[in-house]
Amino acid sequence: MKSPAFDYACPTTLVEAVSLLASCKGEARALAGGQSLVPMLAFRIAAPTLLVDLNKLIELRYIKIDNDGVRLGAMVRWRQIENDVRLVRTHPLLVAAVKHVAHYQIRNRGTVGGSLAHADPAAELSGIAVTCEAEITAISAAGQRVIRATDFFLGPLTTALTPEEIIVELRLPPWPTQRRWGFEEFARRRGDFAMAAAALYYDTRPDGKASNAHVGVMGVGDRPQRLAEVEAILNGSVIEPETIAAAERAAAAAVNPSEDIHASAAYRRALAGTMVERALKRAAA
Amino acid sequence: MSVPLHFEVNGKPVAIEVEPRLTLADCLRHRLRLTGTHVGCEHGVCGACTVLVDGDAVRACLMLAVQAEGAKVVTIEGLSHDAHLTPLQASFRKHHALQCGFCTPGMITTAHALLSEEPHCDAARVREVLSGNLCRCTGYVSIVEAVLAARVAYQKKDGPGA
Repeated sequence: MKSPAFDYACPTTLVEAVSLLASCKGEARALAGGQSLVPMLAFRIAAPTLLVDLNKLIELRYIKIDNDGVRLGAMVRWRQIENDVRLVRTHPLLVAAVKHVAHYQIRNRGTVGGSLAHADPAAELSGIAVTCEAEITAISAAGQRVIRATDFFLGPLTTALTPEEIIVELRLPPWPTQRRWGFEEFARRRGDFAMAAAALYYDTRPDGKASNAHVGVMGVGDRPQRLAEVEAILNGSVIEPETIAAAERAAAAAVNPSEDIHASAAYRRALAGTMVERALKRAAA
Repeated sequence: MSVPLHFEVNGKPVAIEVEPRLTLADCLRHRLRLTGTHVGCEHGVCGACTVLVDGDAVRACLMLAVQAEGAKVVTIEGLSHDAHLTPLQASFRKHHALQCGFCTPGMITTAHALLSEEPHCDAARVREVLSGNLCRCTGYVSIVEAVLAARVAYQKKDGPGA
């Protein structure tokens, strides 16, 4: 379990980092928190010729909150989100989700950009990004582009990023203070990978009915996904026990989980429904 | 190809050359002979290799040694004294919080980081934080009790002392 040999560079500017990645014709990898990439190196699933360490890029450590929403620099660590009291009000769904991300020591190192680029299907942040219609900004020597979260995750550990691109920012759209939301996750041990998780929110119209419902699930497919069928049930309805029960059934029917060592497909399917049910109860409470 | 590395370990400056692929855990054990940092899973699951980097508890198997350039690293050796037990160690002994001892360095470093920052944390918080450290013999109840009982030492104004 030792990594293959590689060269190492630790640039202090983004420009330098981008040109280092461009110089290796796709054989270089960016190293953010290293909490997923270093194990992949140890297992020799990844074998880059050059690691470009982003940890000295202080310019990517910001959390900005303004009229455009919440902007998280790619090198923001989980710990930093956890400690930013402004986020409790400006994006409570993000805060609730990040509470489930990994364990104490990993939270001190793991980053926003690293998690997104790794694209584990059970990752909480990926699920939040897709559910909230977030935008991911990436940069390369060729320039900068903005990728919608829905177009970003292509499959397990696969994203729309080119090998030369670095994520610089995740932007979550503005969050109205009256918004109803819920986040629920099931893992055998808090901090482990989700066997299923649901993130959802809706706004309430003056007549008391829900609108703008966004429902996302994690850990039950090859990438985080929104459940249009469940959103259709919620939009225009009062969120009461019958609606919640219908949403639960629709969620279980909509997902297509695969079986693995941790759970059968049928169990994960039922769990997806239960997570949506619990998150909705939390949202409506 | 080796690269130069300068950092501080348990208060002492270290200047060595390392291969970029060397993890901090292997660097501490094999190059610096600080074998108190245990290596269990080598992929960030067991917590046995936990050390403090600039005060934060991190998994030394998930950090490359080169990434410690300029950092202050504290290992279990840095949290121990030859002459007597620290309050946290004494609490582990008193509460039978170890048997084989393999996980203990990781438990102690993690608990030390927690109590240094949150000396008034409750049992739920201790459990949450220690959930990243696996123990395969003692069971966790006595470990949680030991950490909770050690809080008082960290609540003193001048820290846990030695």
